[in-house]
Amino acid sequence: MNNRKLFAFIPLALFILLGVFLWIGLSLDPRELPSKLAEEQRPVPAFQLPSLTEPNRILTPDDLKGEVALLNVWATWCPTCKEEHGFLNRLARDEGVTIYGINYKDEPGKAREWLRRYLNPYALVILDEQGSLGLDMGVYGAPETYVLDTQGAVRYRHVGAVDAEVWKTLKQVMVQVEQESAQ
Amino acid sequence: MIRFVQMLLLLLPLSAYATIDAYEFSNQENEKRFHELTHELRCPKCQNQNIADSDAPLATDLRREVHRMLESGESNDEIADFMVTRYGDFVLYRPRVNETTWLLWYGPFVLLGVGILVVVLISRNRRQGKVEATEKPMTGSGYKASEGLSTGEADRLNTLLQRDSDQ
Repeated sequence: MNNRKLFAFIPLALFILLGVFLWIGLSLDPRELPSKLAEEQRPVPAFQLPSLTEPNRILTPDDLKGEVALLNVWATWCPTCKEEHGFLNRLARDEGVTIYGINYKDEPGKAREWLRRYLNPYALVILDEQGSLGLDMGVYGAPETYVLDTQGAVRYRHVGAVDAEVWKTLKQVMVQVEQESAQ
Repeated sequence: MIRFVQMLLLLLPLSAYATIDAYEFSNQENEKRFHELTHELRCPKCQNQNIADSDAPLATDLRREVHRMLESGESNDEIADFMVTRYGDFVLYRPRVNETTWLLWYGPFVLLGVGILVVVLISRNRRQGKVEATEKPMTGSGYKASEGLSTGEADRLNTLLQRDSDQ
């Protein structure tokens, strides 16, 4: 008889379990994709692309080594990039953060004009006109910002604008990576 | 008359938008595989669309990559790997069978098995219950104290049953 009573509670237990899963599902953001590069701490994929600011110079992943830095994917057609640009300027100027840029599927003329008008927070800007580097990095929505370690490996990815709130997380990751490489 | 013509003109589609890229295939097999692959790969930008249906620039790039890789003789697995290393397992509409997806692939069969087991158990219980219920009156010896009843209760039940059948 006791067993029977317990059986009667199985539907309730299943319902609660389902409810818990659905509840967790509510707080997940399906647009957030995992970055294999960051998960496996892989280096930035191989590339040989010109610099936006010095068109005769060819940049490679080696140019991104040496410092814990941010790698920011941007384009002039991307409104959110404009939104975060001021914040990136502040980071580069006031916090002394090294920021590399990837100018993603953009017109170089417009991009150079943009940097003239809104100032240039980038130590280097890789000109990825065809989007090949972006494709290899798994970029699916500009702006995206990556944290690179001193070896030029990807440690973290953020999709969307960088603001004060996001910077807290990025800074935390950068400090941690910095400590690791100091050891 | 003019109004009628105007109305007819309204029926003309002004322009037809669709994702039609002109891709050349070296053979029909490649073309078939291209359609299969682009229908099974999910667009990372515009979710819930495959890259064949999506108009997003990213989907166009991915279709171009799929085409390029097909024509350079890469296998479906290699192309899927290429996508997964960039965008994660998310891009596969048909998830791979591995430790993390075992529950997804085999869970329904396990549930089905459990369901069948429950049905079998319940029906067996019920049949047994029925057999017992039909057996008891057949013996005709009345209820005994051993059948979950105390001696007093059994006596009382038998008396009551006796009285009913007397009437």
